[in-house]
Amino acid sequence: MKVEQISVFLENRTGRLAEITHALSEANINIKALSLADTSDFGILRLILSDCEKGYKVLRDKGFTVGRNMVVAVQMPDAPGGLDSILQVLRESEVNVEYMYVFVPWRKGSATVVCRFDDTDKAVAALRAKNIPLVSQEELSKE
Amino acid sequence: MIFNMERETLPREELEALQLNRLQNLCERVYANVPFYRQRFDEAGITPGDIHTLEDIKHLPFTEKQDLRDNYPFGLFAVPKENIVRIHASSGTTGKATVVGYTARDLDSWATLMARSLSAAGITRSDLIHNAYGYGLFTGGLGAHYGAEKLGATVIPMSGGATKRQVHLMHDFGATAITCTPSYALHLYEVGLDEGIDMRNEPLRIGVFGAEPWTDAMREDIEEKMGISAVNVYGLSEVMGPGVSIECAEAKCGMHIFEDHFLPEIIDPVTGEVLKPGETGELVLTTLTKEGVPLIRYRTRDITALDYTPCRCGRTHVRMRRVMGRSDDMLIILGVNVFSSQIESILVETDGLSPHYQIVISRDGTLDSLEVRVEISETLIADGAVRNLQQLESRIQKTIKEYLGVSANVRLVEPRSIQRSEGKAKRVLDLRTQQ
Repeated sequence: MKVEQISVFLENRTGRLAEITHALSEANINIKALSLADTSDFGILRLILSDCEKGYKVLRDKGFTVGRNMVVAVQMPDAPGGLDSILQVLRESEVNVEYMYVFVPWRKGSATVVCRFDDTDKAVAALRAKNIPLVSQEELSKE
Repeated sequence: MIFNMERETLPREELEALQLNRLQNLCERVYANVPFYRQRFDEAGITPGDIHTLEDIKHLPFTEKQDLRDNYPFGLFAVPKENIVRIHASSGTTGKATVVGYTARDLDSWATLMARSLSAAGITRSDLIHNAYGYGLFTGGLGAHYGAEKLGATVIPMSGGATKRQVHLMHDFGATAITCTPSYALHLYEVGLDEGIDMRNEPLRIGVFGAEPWTDAMREDIEEKMGISAVNVYGLSEVMGPGVSIECAEAKCGMHIFEDHFLPEIIDPVTGEVLKPGETGELVLTTLTKEGVPLIRYRTRDITALDYTPCRCGRTHVRMRRVMGRSDDMLIILGVNVFSSQIESILVETDGLSPHYQIVISRDGTLDSLEVRVEISETLIADGAVRNLQQLESRIQKTIKEYLGVSANVRLVEPRSIQRSEGKAKRVLDLRTQQ
């Protein structure tokens, strides 16, 4: 149960990020989650979109450098200890989190976090074994 | 295999005695027969009789490509026109073409030197050579052709183009050796695969590649893909054509310059001063035997270094390193000579980078700073991690420091963000001259 993430390479230039959001807006694509990793001279914008396929195409057509890969969107109770319960499972399974970021809240009472693991399949298996809900690609585009 | 055993293995002392004798004779000839040289010698206050040792060559004037252009077309010919039996010319992309005439003896020497070259690469008279260098005004095709015949091998005068047909003929005829540019060899390999012909399964065993800059990494790639031994050949039309120097199959470590015909020097491209053996600078060649258009201290603009240590193949002739760049694209950064082509080859050998880059030099206070901008490709950002890109930046930085001895700030930029111009790309932006 994985979802697709797209990554966009961004030079540190004024207005570059706005060009991306504008392109997505024009194509009527919703941003479900995002994170921006930055260094002194460039950044990488990671996006989970309502329509990944279309978003990928739109951004490429606009001349952006776009990569795509699979990540896991994990649901947890929006309550103290929510994230901790998940990380404990991952620690026991010895899976490393390479980076993570949270979703725009979209289900009452629960929070969702996007995770990139060093071993995605192992992480998914460990989380499922504990009945931790994972968000599917279909759910993303539906809501 | 050594084609001219005696000549190619002459002890250093005898070789130098032969060179001096030929150099003195050359000076007499050009002074008597070429008004251009007579004037240059007179201006420098030197006469042929002043050459007593090989070191005395440093008193002679340089010849530059522009001199050939200024004397277009036949002004530098040293023999009556009726003694010229063939003419070649360079393309002249940046000015008038340079024209070179050959006497019958020049063509014979050239064929011999090319036969030596093919032989050094491991080719024998039983080989079938597929010669895909262009035939025509360009020296590559005919140079390799007559060398192959002189060696006694079978030569297919293929020239360039019609790649599909080339691949099939290579297969049908059972070519065992190929002569062409390294990039064309890779193209033949790829077209071969499309046509169901895998060079690895063909009898092809040796490639003699030149006429364009390439790297050791490219050699490994070609050798692995095509299942052959690949050697580097060097030459330039002004001086003769291919066959000025060649790598031996035994060492594949530097190209032996045929010193009984050419006298090499390495100079500082800025001051013109002769550098010590082993130092890197511009290659200067004097043609010791050429009759048609002999050249005194011709500035090749190619950057290399000479290695006089003995080679295990047994040849005593000096080895020049793979050409590292052109003195035209030399930059001096913090007092260090840097060639944009060196930076280019580092980038080309790095996975995931596009070949588009720009070198920006600026002055920060009193210090020069070097920035290398490189366009990234999609594969590099696929997994969304910043770390990979940072590692790439620092790896390139480290390699540049290691090979060139200067610190560079590497900056990854978006694809297509570096300006493309018609024809030659603007690779170097020197802001120091604008500050």
